[in-house]
Amino acid sequence: MTSDGFRSYRSVVLGVAWRTVHNALTTPNLVIPTLAFPFFFFLAFAGGLSQLSHLPGFHFPEGYTSFQFVFVMLQSAAFGGVFTGFGIARDFEYGFARRLMLAAPHRSALVVGYAVAAVIRWLVVAVLLTVAGFAVGMGVGGGGVELIGLYGLALIVNSAALLWSAGIAMRFRTIQAGPAMQMPVFLALFFAPVYVPLSLLSGWIHAVARGNPVTYFLEAGRSFVSGEAAYAGVAFGAAFALVAFFGLWALRGLHKAEAAGG
Amino acid sequence: MSDTWTQIGNLARRSIVRTLRQPAYVIPPLIFPTLLVTVNAAGLRPSTLLHGFPTHSFLAFAIAVPFIQGALFSTMNAGTDLARDIQTGFLNRLALTPMRGSALLVGHMAGVMVLGLIQSIFYLCFALAVGVRFSAGVGGAFVILALASLIAASFGMLGAFLALRTGSGEAIQATFPFLFVFLFISSMNTPRNLIAVHWFKIAATINPVSYLIEGVRSLIITGWDGQALALAFAVALAIGSISVVLSTWALGQRMART
Amino acid sequence: MPSKGIEAAGLVREFKGGVLAVAGIDLHVAEGEIYGFLGPNGAGKSTTVHMLTTLLPPTAGRATVAGFDVVHEGPKVRKAIGAALQEAALDPILTGREHLRLQTALHALPREERKPRSDELLERVGLTGAADRKVRTYSGGMKRRLDLALALVHRPRMLFLDEPTTGLDVQSRSALWQEVARLAKEDGVTVFLTTQYLEEADVLCDRVGIIDQGKIVAEGSPAELKASIGRPTVDVVPADHEQRDRVSAVLAQFGELTQASPHGVAVLLSGDEFGLADVVRALDAEGLHVEHLQLHAPSLDDVFLAQTGRTLEGAEQEQQTELVP
Repeated sequence: MTSDGFRSYRSVVLGVAWRTVHNALTTPNLVIPTLAFPFFFFLAFAGGLSQLSHLPGFHFPEGYTSFQFVFVMLQSAAFGGVFTGFGIARDFEYGFARRLMLAAPHRSALVVGYAVAAVIRWLVVAVLLTVAGFAVGMGVGGGGVELIGLYGLALIVNSAALLWSAGIAMRFRTIQAGPAMQMPVFLALFFAPVYVPLSLLSGWIHAVARGNPVTYFLEAGRSFVSGEAAYAGVAFGAAFALVAFFGLWALRGLHKAEAAGG
Repeated sequence: MSDTWTQIGNLARRSIVRTLRQPAYVIPPLIFPTLLVTVNAAGLRPSTLLHGFPTHSFLAFAIAVPFIQGALFSTMNAGTDLARDIQTGFLNRLALTPMRGSALLVGHMAGVMVLGLIQSIFYLCFALAVGVRFSAGVGGAFVILALASLIAASFGMLGAFLALRTGSGEAIQATFPFLFVFLFISSMNTPRNLIAVHWFKIAATINPVSYLIEGVRSLIITGWDGQALALAFAVALAIGSISVVLSTWALGQRMART
Repeated sequence: MPSKGIEAAGLVREFKGGVLAVAGIDLHVAEGEIYGFLGPNGAGKSTTVHMLTTLLPPTAGRATVAGFDVVHEGPKVRKAIGAALQEAALDPILTGREHLRLQTALHALPREERKPRSDELLERVGLTGAADRKVRTYSGGMKRRLDLALALVHRPRMLFLDEPTTGLDVQSRSALWQEVARLAKEDGVTVFLTTQYLEEADVLCDRVGIIDQGKIVAEGSPAELKASIGRPTVDVVPADHEQRDRVSAVLAQFGELTQASPHGVAVLLSGDEFGLADVVRALDAEGLHVEHLQLHAPSLDDVFLAQTGRTLEGAEQEQQTELVP
């Protein structure tokens, strides 16, 4: 790509990201789910289910609040991607995507722009969640490097979820496709050891959770918080693989949207 | 009088037909609560090992939740439908007919109630299919259906009030997170006596949704518990009564304006 | 060497289910020309615009815009064109100024140019006062004007306007016509405009292509098109209806008598040698008093009628009837 081409690409990415973040953070209907849901789940799970930490075999020295903090962090990252996907679908349904497609010399820059927006949007939530976590006395055994590991992992999950949702949004081009974006992510998140460690799950949920990459994101994230890094390689490997796979999925979705006329 | 009943019947039928013709309104309230309870029951099964947990089956404990969650959905759906009537001018058209305002509200509520009943029958079948048995027997199942329909109607009227006040479908949709707060900050996943975090215990105790869930739950895992049932019906009736008063006032305001 | 205007050959677009929206059209639009694409709803106008603006790949045929192939050189085409599509796709949450900010970024205008260019365009389309209001508060005319400003941010050499005045009041319509004419005349912008309004095509366009059922059925300047289908008619209603025969005798000198209004007599003027003034003088010379006299010049609707056997309005109604089950 020439330097002019790069400048133009970057400009489209930043333009799309600016507009998406601007809308997400200034429209009450969009801000509320973005900010409120993660806090709410954090409070509901850490508050309502804390007795679970007394179960035999439940060993997480940093406490149940920290245990749930990791899930909520990863969940907010995944749903941040999905909610941005809703915006893409809305743009196609109401024709705004045509304006973007007409103006952008390289249309893959639009997908990258949405992805950057999803990251920025999630970072706002991540900062607030972290502050809230420490405010309610969350314990952290790991150091700075481990915490960066947790946020890095969540960031990759955010991008994977965005690319998945973008692929759906550009194939269906209607906000009615929202459940198709949300439901698989919801299931992937909850068919994992959300409330108790993997070792305490039994039956079919244990079998499903073992094959679910989210399980390894959670296990790795929790190990980062407790300062005993485990499953890090598997988790990052799986996360990058998902980004690569859903990246192709999103680009094919973009081609389908182009073929259909936006 | 018979004219009023005819109007109510027609409006209730319209409310039902309209909802049944929109898969996006019918399917999520059936699928989402059952999916959530399945997922939660799997993940939270170890909770039954806690000392003092009232049953050995978390699914039996949690199956009350879809009945209440489905009813909460009706707040949004019924409200969104009425808001659309306002946005499209349908309410204005009704206002030009000799129809009584009360017929609109009662018709609307009757429609929501029937849909709530259909939803509850689905959850009941689901519960039986996954092996949950009702301690209060067949009679208990009928009481659950009655209570769930009443709750749906009460929340449906709350949705009607919001629609009449705001006239905006989007505003109604924005209530979704708040409904979730009421659902999750309750005794949905843990009996109140086992909630260890003090503020959460207080919040769950003052949250009316806890009593609705516990009323339904008592018929499944305890049997006939007069106190739990009385509290559940009382809370549902209280919410319904307040909503009816508010909706009637809002309808008067809206009709006066249009 | 490809033309810097628009060239299309055998352009076809077929949608799922075998719906043939554009059935093979050839186009040549010269640089700096205002070309109007006139036709009823569903004729294939917007589909053609979408193909020419790289929003929709053609099923067959080829087209170049500003010298670039619409299929293989999409980015270059997009750089050269501006477009205001039928549905002014604006974000209701953003203000007018924010839309311009986004559009200047999408077109990678240098940072220092973005604000002055936005201000200039807002002023040009008369939206300076409303620039900081959210677009959801704009009227239809304001949205159209903002859409036009957005299409112009990168100073395109070519402008596509898809039914730019549909739904606008007379004042907004004429303001938009003036701006489009100015762009072509002063800035040398090539304009490709679709419309279903005869007057718009007549007043604004250098050349007009009439499209029906996905095919161009006639093409030329409005004057050429009108001249191609015939001559003007003069319709006369005598003050004394008993004198119709005498009026007929006078009018017969000027051409072939034709269908007239009730109580009237009409003549299709033959050739260019006679005009309305000749008819008036002849009637006056015979001492005939006239209650009503009208010269009916051929319109583009007559051209459409001659080519398709239907009026534009009739085609419109047909379209609507097809939509109602």
